[in-house]
Amino acid sequence: MTPIGAFMRQHPWSWSFLAAFLTWAATAAYISGTGGLALASTALSFSTFFVMVGIGQMFVITLGPGNVDLSIPSTITLSAVVSMMVMGGSDAMILTGFLAAIAVGLLVGLFNYGLIRVLSIPPIIATMSSSFLIQSSAIALGRGVKIKPPETLEWISTAKVAGVPILSLCVIALAVVMAVVLNRTVYGRSVTAFGQNTRAARLAGVPIERIRYLTYSLSAVMAAVCGVFLAGFSGGSSLNMGEEYLLASIAVVVIGGSSIAGGNSNVPGVFGAALFLFLLVAMLNTFGAAAGLRLILTGLIIVGVVTFAGGRRESR
Amino acid sequence: MTGLRFFASPRFWRGALPALSLTFVLLGVFWLQPRAMSYFGLNLLFNLAIPIALATIAQMFVIAVNDLDLSIGSFVSLVACIGATWLQETPLLGIAALLGCIAVYACLGALIYIRQLPSIVVTLGMSFVWSGCAVLLLPTPGGSAPDWIRTLVTYKPPYVPMPLIAAAALALIVHFALMRTSWGVLMRGVGGNEKAITRAGWSVLKLKMTMYALTAVFGILAGLTLVGLATSADANIALRYTLLSIAGVILGGGEFVGGRISPIGAVLGAMTLTLTASFLSFLRISPDWQIGAQGAVLIIVLALRAVVNRMEARR
Repeated sequence: MTPIGAFMRQHPWSWSFLAAFLTWAATAAYISGTGGLALASTALSFSTFFVMVGIGQMFVITLGPGNVDLSIPSTITLSAVVSMMVMGGSDAMILTGFLAAIAVGLLVGLFNYGLIRVLSIPPIIATMSSSFLIQSSAIALGRGVKIKPPETLEWISTAKVAGVPILSLCVIALAVVMAVVLNRTVYGRSVTAFGQNTRAARLAGVPIERIRYLTYSLSAVMAAVCGVFLAGFSGGSSLNMGEEYLLASIAVVVIGGSSIAGGNSNVPGVFGAALFLFLLVAMLNTFGAAAGLRLILTGLIIVGVVTFAGGRRESR
Repeated sequence: MTGLRFFASPRFWRGALPALSLTFVLLGVFWLQPRAMSYFGLNLLFNLAIPIALATIAQMFVIAVNDLDLSIGSFVSLVACIGATWLQETPLLGIAALLGCIAVYACLGALIYIRQLPSIVVTLGMSFVWSGCAVLLLPTPGGSAPDWIRTLVTYKPPYVPMPLIAAAALALIVHFALMRTSWGVLMRGVGGNEKAITRAGWSVLKLKMTMYALTAVFGILAGLTLVGLATSADANIALRYTLLSIAGVILGGGEFVGGRISPIGAVLGAMTLTLTASFLSFLRISPDWQIGAQGAVLIIVLALRAVVNRMEARR
């Protein structure tokens, strides 16, 4: 086996980067000229949002079977609506708006955790039920209200330094921090232990309930922050802005080589997979695929990747 | 356990919860709008519950084998699109396409079982595929439902409104097949204890494929009923069915693991969810809160069930 092959086998996240690079190369070759660089820059911009929610979802999925946060799309929408209303288009209120969004995230996280704990129901049901309420609140608050984001926020969300989006740099930093959190902190190791064997983790003294609470809050706060930037990026909030993030948040985790059964995750993969997902759609666009065909191919590729990457190692 | 003691047992309450919640919401509607208490009123209230109930039963088959279908909404939409186009213009092609869909579902079941894949991700991926097909078939809302479907769903039998008859028939037929036949025990056994089924010499692969195929069959029934009621279709017509159907199964007393499901409960759950939406409009609350109210009903029922379960644990 070549050294590269061995590396890729040991680091499942490298596949997503390879896939992203190949898709980029195919598209860049097709459009030729400097279009390829512009494409890479756009991919960095758009993938930021996938990465933000993907990392939160990844921590949740690491907790083990049944742990998925289905409330991410509605949290994105609600936080975007709330923060845009608080900011009211004025630069002075950006910080307050952010705090409001984070408060939304913390509330959602607490609510999700409360449902899981008090009702002892599977997390997937808990987050689904709460997403109904969150989505409704967002619709009721945001209907007919269209507030433009403050200029500075819009600038932060879209500005580029030498072709590299500023937001993307922030998210790279965030990913590095989160990778350290996952692999090198007590919290991160506890999350992994939780996912590998909850009973063993509890017996080893891991504060199971606190870990679960923190993880669902983390996911909700990430979604909330993503909502603010997404609103800044797309010139305001809209009621279906979160929709595509249900699939995307789960897909980036799985394509990134984290185990869907939990207990074995990695952060870089989320980044690679986010790039891949965007570049895939961009490639199909460039090749002139119709909207329907693009959806079909995206779906088939996701199913293909999961099939190829294999499933649970063994059922416990 | 005889007589009164049975009615005090947690088991009774758990089983009765779906029926009680439906009765509760129904009484609320009647109280707000007494005129709903008529043949015509009931017909109107429960008309749209039928496709949702069918989709919920479809979802229930997947949940029975410990999986989850996040693509049922887009699948039902696709079926509605096929119903409003091919099935109307070239019936043979339409029927072939629907049979093809069943085959694809059976293959998905096989794929998920053989490769031990997470059903959530596979079906999420498939939801894109179904949506894509629907968009290709019907880029803009339109088409028209075949006349025979329309006649069938708008049929008005004497005395009892059609939706109630359909719901009762659906619940009883599926209940009988899944809960009262040896074949049904096997099916639920896949969710309960896969290894035991394998050791007893049955092919879990075939059972899983059957369950997924049944999901497709009921998804198709849901789509055709929906297109019959709506008379035309569009590619997004039933997207919200995905979450509604899961909520319906859970509301009806189904559990996520272990093959613990209840077909009667699932149908009642779907009807409760539909009724909740109308209840809100009778209260003159903005439709913005419709899904919120559905979520709230779900949470309340789950809370009650948690209370019942604790009662049981204390015994």
